[in-house]
Amino acid sequence: MATQTAGSAAADDPARTGDRADPAALSPHLTADDRVALLRHMLLMRAIEARALTLYRQGRVPGSFYDGFGQEAVSVGAAFAMAAQDRLCILHRDLGAHLVRGVEPPRILAQYMGRASGVTGGRDGNVHFGDPALGCVPMVSMLPDMMCVATGMAMAFKLRGEARVALTFFGDGSTSRGDFHEAMNWAGVQRLPVVFVLENNQYAYSTPLEKQFAVDPVERARVYGFPGVTVDGNDVEAVFEAVWVARERALAGEGPTLIEAVTMRMHGHAAHDDMRYVPPEQLAAWAARDPIERQERRLVELGVDVAALRAEVEAEVEAAAAEALAAPMPDPADATRGVFAVGEAQPLGDGRAPWSGFANDAPARANGGDSGAVR
Amino acid sequence: MPVMTYLEAISDALREQLRADERVLVMGEDVGAFGGAFKVTDGFVEEFGEARVMDTPLAESAIVGTAIGAAVVGMRPVCEMQFADFVSCGFDQLVNVAGKTHYRSGLAVPIVVRLPSGGGFSGGPFHSQNPEAWFMHAPGIKVLAPSTPEDAKGLLTAAIRDPNPVVYLEHKHLYRRVKGEVPAGAYETPMTARVAREGSELTVIAYGAMVHAALEATAPDQLDDASVEVLDLRSLVPLDEDAILASVAKTSKVLIVDEANETCAAGAQVAALIAERAFEQLDGPVRRVATPDVPIPFSPPLEQAVLPSADRIRDACRDLLDY
Repeated sequence: MATQTAGSAAADDPARTGDRADPAALSPHLTADDRVALLRHMLLMRAIEARALTLYRQGRVPGSFYDGFGQEAVSVGAAFAMAAQDRLCILHRDLGAHLVRGVEPPRILAQYMGRASGVTGGRDGNVHFGDPALGCVPMVSMLPDMMCVATGMAMAFKLRGEARVALTFFGDGSTSRGDFHEAMNWAGVQRLPVVFVLENNQYAYSTPLEKQFAVDPVERARVYGFPGVTVDGNDVEAVFEAVWVARERALAGEGPTLIEAVTMRMHGHAAHDDMRYVPPEQLAAWAARDPIERQERRLVELGVDVAALRAEVEAEVEAAAAEALAAPMPDPADATRGVFAVGEAQPLGDGRAPWSGFANDAPARANGGDSGAVR
Repeated sequence: MPVMTYLEAISDALREQLRADERVLVMGEDVGAFGGAFKVTDGFVEEFGEARVMDTPLAESAIVGTAIGAAVVGMRPVCEMQFADFVSCGFDQLVNVAGKTHYRSGLAVPIVVRLPSGGGFSGGPFHSQNPEAWFMHAPGIKVLAPSTPEDAKGLLTAAIRDPNPVVYLEHKHLYRRVKGEVPAGAYETPMTARVAREGSELTVIAYGAMVHAALEATAPDQLDDASVEVLDLRSLVPLDEDAILASVAKTSKVLIVDEANETCAAGAQVAALIAERAFEQLDGPVRRVATPDVPIPFSPPLEQAVLPSADRIRDACRDLLDY
């Protein structure tokens, strides 16, 4: 069996959150505050994307618009398990990971609208960005190219003896391309500290799984020499736990992990796609498993005022939209600037790492960052 | 000053940068224990260890892709494609990830991809190509093509220190055939053109192995003492437009030589530049000698029939001098 049950091994580990862990949490490493933070990031992702869809329909978003509606648990849960000095390649349905790392909502909405204050300053659209200052390499549309890039970051960490991990996302369609094989093989051969998060959202544009592969790709991990884990991609705490375990494994020198987060793309490939190829009953079944509603139900039981949290997030996004709408478009004279770097290359910076377990995480802090020093 | 072959000069640059900068990492197929298909990294693994002289899986896309990843977290990877031809398998990572990342995000991607290129010794259709124009057409990638040992070392040093992705074409036919004085210690050759021979009646513009073919074809005793300038481009991106235009202004006649296939080759860009910006200075048509648009054939008479030779270059020079 290539698949394992996420979290079973880690349940016995001394949680870094220790006595503060919430006994009701699916993961033994989450405090009550962590669980609320997970929900808050998912709500923020959905609210930003809903607001952006409105802006798209108003003609304020050029091109098309791609979102991760229904997949919020994957990017939020995975990024939440990553330390400040870890490095990420975030894909186009993973806005939540950017929010966890600390990208501010006004910059995201400005990005969608091609404004100068967007993360790429209008040079790319949608979630085709990564803020280098927050430890993220921007994705490209050729999927899954970033699997090779994440593998290379992990290669450097291992070479320099640093206790750090690289993580990348990709989808079910990506598993058909050669870079999937090249990266998985390379990471297996060199036992690199990298976490591969396969976001199985049932469709690559309109192509269903049965036309994509004959064997569930999570099974392939074993033949590359490392574990493959299937996790409920609509359960943010389960995703967090699976990535937490994979990260610990990587830090212990045990190599990569492939995590298949099973979820559903609840919207079309992009805003122009009416999804007529998706059976209505399939959508209905997945709608009943909405990741945000699931986390809300858990927290309501704990007495969290979920309605207040929603209202707070809505207000934040409304203010962000107003700020983004007021931002100028880029200067056309800027279009030909910056093709080449000049001067010393500025390496990636550290991202935000809100998980409570990192609050006193001195060992990770002791690393040399991306200076390139061999330790 | 020590005399080295072109190949030894490349090795010298790599060895010096590995010694000087612990961020530098050499990676590729068979570069470690075997020392590389052409022995450029012979003895490196003994001095620098397997981690910094890395034998990789046979996976060009991952070689370039992992180099990009290592670069953005502070390393300075130098990748070897075993033959330039195989860069087609790493093309996507170079063109879409390495070339576009700085423009989109401000994140520099300091990698060097070494491409042993060129034909002339029966390498056949998959071991003889000159793929430089693919990368000239892709924004964000610098393209270097030295012709002498001194420049081979200086340009590779400059490439490793550059904050951008650099494609470095090292012509296989020059590896052991060309020798020259090479300064000791690290130095950078500027990414500009070089006048390989001064002249006043005609300019021949070339790079890489074709510089030597041009020098041979236009030696004074070969062309009735005509005064022919040979301009060695050395860098294709950035292209030294000022040096090209200055030479055209001086001689008023131009022949451009590419070993690459003719259509959209580097020389086509040079010809367009001259047509646009030096039309008034010309006393004749801009002429080109290049490989016709065929795969490079294996058998010697077929290969010699397509690659530009000193004879073809000389004939074109005569036509222009008589024009």
